[in-house]
Amino acid sequence: MNREDFPIINDNLIYFDNAATTLKPNVVIDAIDDYYKNYSVNIHRGEYDLSFKADQAYANARLTVAKFINADEKSIVFTKGTTDSLNMIVDGYFKDHLNKDDEVLITKSEHASNVLPWFNLAKTNGIKVSFIELNDDLTLSLDNIKNSITDNTKVISLAGITNVIGDIRPIKEICELAHSKGILVVEDGAQSVPHIKTDVKESNIDFLAFSGHKLCGPTGIGVLYIKPSLIDEFKSVEFGGGMNESFDSVDEVYLKEAPTRFEAGTPNIAGAIGLASAIKYIESIGLDKIHEYECELKEYLVSKLSNIEHIKVINPNTKSGIIAVTIDDIFPQDVGYYLNKYNICVRTGNHCDKLLKDLIGVRNTLRISLYFYNTKEEIDKLVELLSDKNKIISEMI
Amino acid sequence: MDSSTKREVILEHYQNPVNRVTDDVEGYVKVNSNNESCIDNINLFIKFNDNKIEDIKFSGEACAISTASTSIMIQNLIGMDIDEALDYINNFTKMLNDEEYEAKDFKDAVVFDETYKQANRRTCVTLPYKGIIKAIEDYKK
Ligand SMILES: Cc1ncc(COP(=O)(O)O)c(C=O)c1O
Repeated sequence: MNREDFPIINDNLIYFDNAATTLKPNVVIDAIDDYYKNYSVNIHRGEYDLSFKADQAYANARLTVAKFINADEKSIVFTKGTTDSLNMIVDGYFKDHLNKDDEVLITKSEHASNVLPWFNLAKTNGIKVSFIELNDDLTLSLDNIKNSITDNTKVISLAGITNVIGDIRPIKEICELAHSKGILVVEDGAQSVPHIKTDVKESNIDFLAFSGHKLCGPTGIGVLYIKPSLIDEFKSVEFGGGMNESFDSVDEVYLKEAPTRFEAGTPNIAGAIGLASAIKYIESIGLDKIHEYECELKEYLVSKLSNIEHIKVINPNTKSGIIAVTIDDIFPQDVGYYLNKYNICVRTGNHCDKLLKDLIGVRNTLRISLYFYNTKEEIDKLVELLSDKNKIISEMI
Repeated sequence: MDSSTKREVILEHYQNPVNRVTDDVEGYVKVNSNNESCIDNINLFIKFNDNKIEDIKFSGEACAISTASTSIMIQNLIGMDIDEALDYINNFTKMLNDEEYEAKDFKDAVVFDETYKQANRRTCVTLPYKGIIKAIEDYKK
């Protein structure tokens, strides 16, 4: 649906790499263009009209993000993206709140950006990073979380939707369980926020990270959500202009209120404006409708692939638009090159989940990730190309 | 060589590569080669003797082009002395980049004489060469 909104989409391009990044609709491109063409000045300088306009646009962008996930504005920090937000969560909060032998629980299907900041903290603070066991189908059950919790567990950090298996985690139930034991929960929302409704008040999540570019917004902008009761304890990670109230000496530095004290330097103004317009665009279509349609497309694709002998779908049953497959005897990257000859974009490799290889038994897969602008006709074309193994082999080089 | 013959040669080397092993080889120098933007990852095992490349084996996972390129490289370099090998690699790389090169007897490696037209696959071909150059330089020291 809504294909006409995307200038890049044409009959010659089939884009199935939406978990990596999404295409940009005209409304987003126009909003960014409008800022650069018509009021490309800095914020926090209210003396002149143009700056006031930029200020307002930036503040409105924050408001749009806040409403989108049902948060208060002061809980919304603009960052560079999910990775930046997750690092800020670890550096700004947990570095000071975790001690040696405290434990963080993650899983082997987390993205590198939700693994390495914790590994790094383990190196510097001596915390322990443990893995919650996954079910046979690589999904996560509440029981397994329950069984993994120890007296030392202080944080559970999980993707809302994982980027290879595509399973949706029950964040609300996980928060209930964790909070009953005094454990905080971090949600890596990179794949969930663009595809399913996220309501931070309903889920009661403590921290949330997501990226603009995976929800039809620009690159270089993302969001960090901090629960209101945790803001005071959350330290600024970067210092400089824009975030301070005044300073005279080392001992006399006064910072602005949150969220401004988390945004040092000139922020990504165009990015925030573009993100807000992407969010409004997504809302105008409706996340429920988007999710339902993606699941319908996935079911359609999985049912067709299941008739092809040389293809194995790793995650046929998860309810999202992500499908990971292997093809007998053919290196996934070669299939990627083959599909490229027909202008089909897919992702091959380990998708930044380097820990998952032990569990799926193969190091690399081919991933097809869908969004609302994909169609059954595109899927038919893909399936047709994948169904002939000899054709793949003869055309992959 | 016409393009269908080239494809056959590449496929043959991909499906039946020369000197592929699954474990590390004792007594050989080991170098790893991987590409930043893709998932190819191979180990080369080289046996030098008196400034000569006496033997090369490899292990790892890589795409058809990388695997075939590795196999062909191994076939061509075994037996060369190291300066001869560097000269060969230098000319081969020039061919790959569509620069002027001295025509050498590239044998099966001529299958890559038009790869410069596909920029995204050139890195697949060069993968094993990155490793061997490093190993030779280390050996020279
Ligand atoms: C689950 C998950 N977490 C984190 C990230 C990192 O996002 P970014 O590269 O936008 O920081 C990604 C993106 O691939 C992802 O899929």
